[in-house]
Amino acid sequence: MTKVSITVDGVLHESEVEPRTLLVHYLREQVGKVGTVVGCDTSSCGACTILLDGRSAKSCSVLAVQADGSSVTTIEGLAGDEWHPVQAAFKECHGLQCGYCTPGMVLSAVDLLSENPNPSEAEIREGLEGNLCRCTGYHNIVKSVALAAQTMKGGKK
Amino acid sequence: MIPSKFDYVRPKSVDEAVAALKAGGEDSKVIAGGQSMLPLLRLRLAAPSVLVDCARIDEMKGIKDNGDSVTIGAASTHWDVMNSDIVKTHVKLLADATATVADPQIRHRGTFGGALAHGDPAGDLPAVVLALDATLEIAGSKGRRQVAAKDFFLDYFTTAVGPDEILVSITIPKLGKGWGTCYEKFNRSANGWAVVGVAAAVKVDGGKITEARIALTNCAAIPVRASSVESALKGVAVSASEIEKASQSAADGTRATSDLAADKEYREHLMRVITARAVSCAAGV
Amino acid sequence: MTELAEHVAAIGRPLKRKEDARLLTGKTQWTDNIQLAGALHMAILRSPMGHAKITKLDVSGALKYPGVEAAYGAAELGDLNASVPCVWPVTDDMVAPDFPALAKGEVRHMGDCVALVLAGTAAQAADALEGIVVEYSALPAVINMDDAIKEGSPLVHSDKGTNKCYTYKLQPQGDGAYEAAKAKADVVVKRRFVNQRLIPSAMEPRAVVASPMGTSGELTIWSATQVPHVLRVLLALVTGVSENKLRVVAPDVGGGFGGKLQCYREEILCVALANKLGRPIKWTETRSEDMMATHHGRDQLQDIEIAATKDGKLLGLKVDLIANMGAYLQIITPGIPLLGMFMYPAIYKMDAYDFSCIGVFTNTTPTDAYRGAGRPESTYAIERIMDELANELGMEPMELRKKNWIKHEEFPYTTVAGLTYDSGNYEAATDKAMALFKYDELRKEQVKRRASGDKVQLGIGISTFTEMCGLAPSRTLGALKYVAGGWEHCTIRVLPTGKVELVTGTSPHGQGHETAWSQIASDTLGIPVDDIEVIHGDTRTSPYGMDTYGSRSLAVGGQAILRAGEKVVEKARLIAAHQLECSANDLEFDHGVFRVKGDPSKEKAIQAVAFEAFSAHDLPDGLEPTLQAESTVDPQDFSYPHGTHLCAMEVDTETGKSTIRSYVCVDDIGIQINPLIVEGQVHGGLAQGIAQALYEGAVYDSDGQLLTASFADYLVPSAPDLPSFVTDHTVTPSTTNPLGTKGVGEAGAIASTPAVINAIVDALRPYGVNDVPMPALPMTVWRTLNAARQGGK
Ligand SMILES: Cc1cc2nc3c(=O)[nH]c(=O)nc-3n(C[C@H](O)[C@H](O)[C@H](O)COP(=O)(O)OP(=O)(O)OC[C@H]3O[C@@H](n4cnc5c(N)ncnc54)[C@H](O)[C@@H]3O)c2cc1C
Ligand code: FES
Ligand code: FES
Repeated sequence: MTKVSITVDGVLHESEVEPRTLLVHYLREQVGKVGTVVGCDTSSCGACTILLDGRSAKSCSVLAVQADGSSVTTIEGLAGDEWHPVQAAFKECHGLQCGYCTPGMVLSAVDLLSENPNPSEAEIREGLEGNLCRCTGYHNIVKSVALAAQTMKGGKK
Repeated sequence: MIPSKFDYVRPKSVDEAVAALKAGGEDSKVIAGGQSMLPLLRLRLAAPSVLVDCARIDEMKGIKDNGDSVTIGAASTHWDVMNSDIVKTHVKLLADATATVADPQIRHRGTFGGALAHGDPAGDLPAVVLALDATLEIAGSKGRRQVAAKDFFLDYFTTAVGPDEILVSITIPKLGKGWGTCYEKFNRSANGWAVVGVAAAVKVDGGKITEARIALTNCAAIPVRASSVESALKGVAVSASEIEKASQSAADGTRATSDLAADKEYREHLMRVITARAVSCAAGV
Repeated sequence: MTELAEHVAAIGRPLKRKEDARLLTGKTQWTDNIQLAGALHMAILRSPMGHAKITKLDVSGALKYPGVEAAYGAAELGDLNASVPCVWPVTDDMVAPDFPALAKGEVRHMGDCVALVLAGTAAQAADALEGIVVEYSALPAVINMDDAIKEGSPLVHSDKGTNKCYTYKLQPQGDGAYEAAKAKADVVVKRRFVNQRLIPSAMEPRAVVASPMGTSGELTIWSATQVPHVLRVLLALVTGVSENKLRVVAPDVGGGFGGKLQCYREEILCVALANKLGRPIKWTETRSEDMMATHHGRDQLQDIEIAATKDGKLLGLKVDLIANMGAYLQIITPGIPLLGMFMYPAIYKMDAYDFSCIGVFTNTTPTDAYRGAGRPESTYAIERIMDELANELGMEPMELRKKNWIKHEEFPYTTVAGLTYDSGNYEAATDKAMALFKYDELRKEQVKRRASGDKVQLGIGISTFTEMCGLAPSRTLGALKYVAGGWEHCTIRVLPTGKVELVTGTSPHGQGHETAWSQIASDTLGIPVDDIEVIHGDTRTSPYGMDTYGSRSLAVGGQAILRAGEKVVEKARLIAAHQLECSANDLEFDHGVFRVKGDPSKEKAIQAVAFEAFSAHDLPDGLEPTLQAESTVDPQDFSYPHGTHLCAMEVDTETGKSTIRSYVCVDDIGIQINPLIVEGQVHGGLAQGIAQALYEGAVYDSDGQLLTASFADYLVPSAPDLPSFVTDHTVTPSTTNPLGTKGVGEAGAIASTPAVINAIVDALRPYGVNDVPMPALPMTVWRTLNAARQGGK
């Protein structure tokens, strides 16, 4: 067992983990952040996406020990008193159906907008290429991200 | 799936890391970004006894402008590389190719050194360092050595980095005036690996190509230079049809494999087409 | 009492979904979230071989691993090794091999279950699989269907003496009718289309938790399933656990697309072992397992022949299918091709139809329902051959369709296959689609690009589709030998505080039933949408239902909601009349309020009635307290949504890469309850149909190795691989149900595949190309183009 200290959604957690523990399993099983999910075993689907020190990462492809000393934001910690504009836009534009890809998709979108606040449709699509969705055909996801970009520009953060 | 058990160490320096690798014996392995390692661990295709985490070693991070060359720490992430002003200005080919690697999440974690040391024939960056005649610095228990890119890639997933060695940095000479570059990647789906990728750098003078450096991704066990195209291009006018003609020999010297994405014949065809496109784009056609 | 919000008409409004709040904040309950004290985790050892004898299996080594409680092969499992059920024996003489949960002595596809381990943690269980000793002796595998039905082929089930599962025929006009029609034809076009094998790939892998810790001794099964109700019946039947001791819960389910319409081996194993050991058992599938152990879809060889006069009038259609069952039969494996059987004639009028299907076993993962189940196959074949016929006749493909389709004034129309289509307006949908698409402009551009020999050619693909949905009148299902019925149930309870519980037997996993069902009930009851709670997916709280698949939930379940709501209003009317001292007939009911006709000051809201029904102080004599009603509706008939889909495709003739330039569809699904949800369903269906055309295909080698066993090789498209879609609709209400609705869940997936392939073929027609195999990945297109160019020389 190895000791790690990881800040998850603003709360510091000091835990013992096996080195082989994936960050996503640590989050789900040790911290109870079950909003973050697993969809594959080849780093392909992005369902497990979180923000690691502010940048999107696939939490199935990071060992918990590698995240020692880092800060993680999951879908459960994204909203403050109000929803994040990306969350609001996903609801507004029907950017989700079953919702399984949604936590990862939302966090990828948050990352995308932080790097490029004014993306074109093509840039939105490219920016989400690490996240698979089987339900929506991406059409409304793309619309959601475009809407979020607009609301965020309007000063609502 | 869940990986098999292993131990984990996170040394602070290259020397410590080398020592840890040696101490760990045969089955110890470097982990950097982990983006290639984690899928292998999860599928239990790799079962190392010790992982030596090199991602936070200061000496392996950072990007330096040396005047006539650029040195990039092996543990720099793809994201660091493609967003570095130094790289964008002086080694644009690398910035462009890196932007095509995988997806944003993987680029945030995966490292330049990891992508080279992994030696994946479908990886995009080996062809870039080969085309640009980079030099790679490797540290081991017997000290440091410099290896030219053309001597670095040995076979499928096999490089000059020995079992208890670490790739520390990569130095890439700047191209200078008159050069244009392009990385052209052909894949079946947007987040797919290259079926064929072509890294091209060409020097244009007075409407003619005076020098060309072209390296191919996924056309053999290791990245290869398309030397016959390079010579055929010398003195050729910058026109799509001339470039296309010169690119016909792109498959010479390659050892194309067959897989689901492309059999040998199609892959060789792609080499010609994609080489022509990469060169045209580099030459500004 | 709480303040009452006012009712505003809800049906037809694009209301934002109620589901989203929890899904967007991570407050979701996926099956894998469930962690029970004392649970054992199951890991399964699967066959790496396509076909082999198990010559040795020793699980005892696994018991030495830390945390391991038990390990089982078929021998250790003994009587608990129940078999996977098939509920659709399509013919009396269908060959139905045993499909035990753990293989008995022989494995028949890669991924077949060989042994299992139960341990304290998932990691321990995975580790202990390495302790199992298993030896195989390879048997010849048969993968290719044409080979499988040849004399002397290796057999998937040697005891059966054949690889043929069944032969099914449908000749509505009698034997020889097609031949007679063909004899009159000027043109006959024949093709073989390969509808390739697909992997459903819901983003949430399957998961099961079975716990014997129920408060009344029941066994609770949480499963990522589309069919909790069907699953309960089947689990009771196969495991022998009494049905009334089984509670099946489908919590939040992350997509299904047919892949979770099943009674899987892992579900059977978890139930049997939890029951035996008295401890919760949990299993979560890895994606690698999903690719080979969750059932696959499609995989049919389609020999199709169409006969027409020289001016393009259709005379007859003949379809001969070979359908891949895979290694075993699962829930409705054999019936899938028959769901398409009636739809080959599609929207066209003709004189004769002849259909046959041979079901075949191969050493591959069993097939079963995948989005559209049967109808995408039929639509693909007919819409592809219509283009080929048009080409043969030198007709514009849309003109050929127009000439033969059922005109809007001809509905209801009984087709050559024997179905009666309720309603439709193909003309209107097509006109709208052509205008949105700018059809004529694109044709002009195509001419130009052809003339200039552009390396990137432009193609236009058409698909004018219809499908049957709302599976189905129970009698019809009975006639087809399907074991279950097609009804659906709803209970509506108006609680004392005026809030509503709507209990439905449908089981959503992304379709937004919580919102759309509320909208239907809201308008029926005159109670605001937000005051309605939809209860589903738990056999304890919603005991009756037939679940969600086949675009049936609204078409059938919607009727039950409407009917239950009407019954509630009828009862409330009696109470209101009693209290307002008038006769029930003197009351009008509007937006949730009963008013005395002619004296509108005398009124009573339905919520107030609910409270009266609860306190029961002053009810009419003989009327029972509480305001609730239930309804179970068997649909009168299918409904037939339709639409016109148009695809413009750019094909790079150098590399073979196809890129969609624009995609327009105009669907007619009758009355829309929630247009926002409808659009989403269409988009998702389009993506899956386009994916079949361009990207996805499960590939086996000749030994039965699945070569596309991960998302790295099985190409589920990501956002940059797809365009934005232009969607619109026309509205021709269904006449087979009172809401006028039709299904939409599968429309996009059914219609889009032929539109895309037709577009590619159209782009390459000048080079002599007249078919492109799916998926039309670059190498395939390039090879097809090369072959055509050489053939032309
Ligand atoms: C879904 C997916 C898609 C991808 N697509 C692409 C793509 O399109 N193009 C592409 O080029 N790549 C792609 N990659 C690979 C990606 O670029 C990886 O980040 C990279 O190959 C490995 O970098 P890493 O730092 O993550 O290495 P790790 O995973 O940490 O290590 C990889 C290997 O290199 C060794 N290693 C790492 N660093 C060093 C070092 N400094 N010294 C010695 N040995 C070292 C490790 O021991 C290991 O054997 C993809 C990966 C995934 C998961
Ligand atoms: S779970 Fe699929 S990328 Fe992490
Ligand atoms: S909403 Fe279901 S996978 Fe994206």
